[in-house]
Amino acid sequence: MARFKHETIEKNSILLLVLTLITVAIGGIVEIVPTFLINTTIEDVEGVRPYTPLELKGRNIYIREGCYTCHSQMVRSLRSEVERYGHYSLAAESKYDHPFQWGSKRTGPDLARVGGKYSDEWHRIHMQNPRAVVPESIMPGYGFLAKTPLNYRDIENDLKAMRMTISQAYSEEQIANARADLEAQADPESDYDGLQERYAKAQVRDFDGNPDEITELDALIAYLQMLGTLVDFSAYEDVVFEQQ
Amino acid sequence: MAASKEAGAGTFGAATLGVGAAFVLGAFLSIYIAAKTHEAAMATHATFFLLFFVFGLFALGKRHFDALERGPDPQAQDGVQYSDGVIRAGVIATLFWGIAGFAVGVLIAFQLAFPVLNFDVSWLSFGRLRPLHTSAVIFAFGGNALIATSFYAVQRTCKTRLAGDIAPWFVFWGYQLFIVLAATGYLMGVTQSKEYAEPEWYVDLWLTIVWVVYLLVFLVTLAKRREPHIYVANWFYLAFIVTIAMLHIGNNLSIPVSLLSVKSYTFFGGVQDALIQWWYGHNAVGFFLTAGFLGMMYYFVPKRAERPVYSYRLSIIHFWALIFLYIWAGPHHLHFTALPDWAQTLGMTFSIMLWMPSWGGMINGLMTLSGAWDKLRTDPVIRMLVVSIAFYGMSTFEGPVMSIKAVNSLSHYTDWTIGHVHSGALGWVGFVSFGAIYCLVPWLWRRKELYSLALVSWHFWVATLGIVLYITSMWVSGIMQGLMWRAYNDLGLLEYSFVETVEAMHPFYIIRGLGGVLFLLGALIMVYNVYRTIRGDVRQGEKLDAAPAGSGQIIATPAE
Repeated sequence: MARFKHETIEKNSILLLVLTLITVAIGGIVEIVPTFLINTTIEDVEGVRPYTPLELKGRNIYIREGCYTCHSQMVRSLRSEVERYGHYSLAAESKYDHPFQWGSKRTGPDLARVGGKYSDEWHRIHMQNPRAVVPESIMPGYGFLAKTPLNYRDIENDLKAMRMTISQAYSEEQIANARADLEAQADPESDYDGLQERYAKAQVRDFDGNPDEITELDALIAYLQMLGTLVDFSAYEDVVFEQQ
Repeated sequence: MAASKEAGAGTFGAATLGVGAAFVLGAFLSIYIAAKTHEAAMATHATFFLLFFVFGLFALGKRHFDALERGPDPQAQDGVQYSDGVIRAGVIATLFWGIAGFAVGVLIAFQLAFPVLNFDVSWLSFGRLRPLHTSAVIFAFGGNALIATSFYAVQRTCKTRLAGDIAPWFVFWGYQLFIVLAATGYLMGVTQSKEYAEPEWYVDLWLTIVWVVYLLVFLVTLAKRREPHIYVANWFYLAFIVTIAMLHIGNNLSIPVSLLSVKSYTFFGGVQDALIQWWYGHNAVGFFLTAGFLGMMYYFVPKRAERPVYSYRLSIIHFWALIFLYIWAGPHHLHFTALPDWAQTLGMTFSIMLWMPSWGGMINGLMTLSGAWDKLRTDPVIRMLVVSIAFYGMSTFEGPVMSIKAVNSLSHYTDWTIGHVHSGALGWVGFVSFGAIYCLVPWLWRRKELYSLALVSWHFWVATLGIVLYITSMWVSGIMQGLMWRAYNDLGLLEYSFVETVEAMHPFYIIRGLGGVLFLLGALIMVYNVYRTIRGDVRQGEKLDAAPAGSGQIIATPAE
C-alpha cells in the first residue's frame, strides 16, 4: 500500500470537504447525542409543568426585550450562589424552556428563583422606573409595557407550536382552553378552577393593577412571579435527612 | 447556478432564467405574507423581501443588456480575468457595517454606565441593542470581510475566475438582506434569544440559502483551479464555510407559530437546547471568528511580508487539530449548571487542549515574518497584522485558562468574559481585517499605494490604546465583581448585596466606553484613508516607496 500523503487531500477539493465535515461532526455527536439517551440527564421532579398561557406570553416578552442579555436563570451549584439565590437549578426546571434562558452574563442578578421574592407592586414600580426602588440600578425602564395591551389573538397557535417541540408540552385540553385560561389568570373575579387544575400552582391576580385590560405587564409579572416556584425543595431536603 | 458561468456571462442563460423565476415566486410569496399577516414586524420584513426580489429582477435584466455592450473584465498579469467587482462591494460593506457595529457598541457601553441613555424607549434599550451590536460586528463586519477576502484569495491562489456569474453577487446582496432583516428585527423585538443566533426562523432559512450558494461558489472555484495544490488559506476558508452551515442548521431547528408570524419555539428545550446553543456559540467563535480569519491571515500576511508561510507541516497539523478540537469546547460555557458533569469536564478538557493548535497558528503566522522583521518599523500595515496575531495568541491562551472549572466559577457571568471576547474581537478579528483591507484597497482599485501610511499608523496606535483600555478595565471589573459575589464577612454571611457590585462597576464601564470610542475613532480614520485611496489621492509628504506592498521589492528605509 502506498504511503499516505497529505498531498492527496490538498489536490482534491471534495475529499478535503468530506474529511473536514467528518472531523467537525465527531465532537458534537459524542457530546450531544448521549444527553438524549441517558435518562438521568433530566431527573424526574415533581411540580414541573408547562407555562400557563399568560406566563408563556410573559416569557415571550422577556425574550423580546432581551432580558437574557443581563439576567441569568441558572443558580450554579456553588455555595455563594445557593446562599444568594436559593437551591441550585435542576435540569427539570427548564424542561419546557423553548429556548432555554440560562443566560451568560449577570449585569443584573440571577432570576431563576425571583418568583415571590417581591410584590407585584414592587415589580410595577420597578418596571416603570427601576431607580425608584433600587437607586443604584442601571436597568432601563420599561414603562411602555403597562400601556401596551397584550396581543393574544393567536394564543392557541403558540401552544400548538410548543406541542410540536421535543417536550410535547400542552395537552389538547390545554390548547382548547388557552384563551380562557389566559384571561382567567389575570382576573381574580373569574372562574379559574379549570386553570389551576390544568396548571398546578398557577397564581391568579391582576398583576399590573389595571383591571380594565390585560397588558404586557400583566404577562411579564405573571411570568416573573412563577420563576423557581414550581418545585417544593423542602420536600427533597427531608428525604436527604431521613436517608442519613 | 455555478455550473453555467463563464460560457455566456451576462446573457439570458438557464441560470439567469432560473434565478429570475425564483425571484418572481419569492416576490409573490412576500406579497401574500405582507397582505395576510397581523404582525407589523412580519409585514415590514415581507416588504423588505419583496423589494429585494423586485430590485433583483431589475438587476438581472440590466446585467443582461449591459453585457451586450460591455467588454469582458480586464485581464490580470497572469492572464486570468478575475471577478473583482463583488470584492470591491464587499470591502465597502465591511467598512460601513464596521462603523455601524462599533458605534452601537459604544452606545451600549455608555448605557451601562449611564442608564438614562436607554431613554426608556423599547427599540433603544440595551436588551434590543446588544444583539444588534454583536450581530453587526460579527456577521455584518466580520462576515463581509470574510466573504470578500475569501473570494479574493480563492481566485488568486487557484489562478482562476470566481465560479458563477450571478451567484457571487447573489451571495453578496443576499447576505446584506440577511443583515438588514436581522438588525431591523432586533429593533422591533424579533429575536429567538439564542446568543449570536438571534434571528428568527424565516431569516435563518434565508441565510441557509445564501450560505449554500456561498459554499458552492467557493467549492466550484476550488474545483476548477489551475494550480495542483489547494493553498492552506483555502482549507481554513472551506472549513469555516461548511462548519458554519452545519452549526447554523443544527442550532436553529425550530417550530414557527405560523407562516404569518415572526415567532417560533426552538425544537430542543432546556438542557439540550443549552448544549446545542453553546456547541453553536463557541464554534461561531471557532469557525467564524477563528478559522475564517486564519484563512485571511494565511493569505495576507505572507503576501504583505513577501515571505512564504513559515511551516507547511505545522499548518497541516494545526489545521486538523484545530477543527477537530474546537467542536468539543462548547460545554465550558455551562460549568456548574444543570448540564451533566461529564459533559462539562469533557468541554473543559478539550478547551485546554485547544491551546496547542491555536498557538500553532500563531507561531506559523508570526514566524512567516522571519527575515522581514524590519517591516514592523517601516510598514504600519504589517504592524497591524502582526499585532492581530499577537492578540490571537493572547486570547487563545486566556480562553483555555477561563475554561478551567475553578477559574470559570469566578469569571463566568462577569465582565472578564466580555474583556476576553473583545481582546479576540478587537485585537485579532478587527486588526487582521483592517490589515487585509489596507492591502486589498490599492490592489482592487489599482492604486499604487494607500493615500497615507501615516494615517494607518495613527489608526494602529489609537485603536491599540482603545483595546488596552477596554480589556484592562474589564479584567479589573470582572475579577472584582466575581470576588465580591463570593465574599463572606466575619459572621459567615455574604458580604455584598448584588447592587453593591453593580455600583462598583461604574468607573470601569466609563473607561471601557472610552476605549470603545478610541477604537471607533481609529476605524473612522481608516474609512477616510480608504476613501481618499479610492479617489486616487496620495497624501503630500508620503514616501511612496517606504513600504511597497506586493511589488516584489524590499527597500531598506530608515525609521521615521
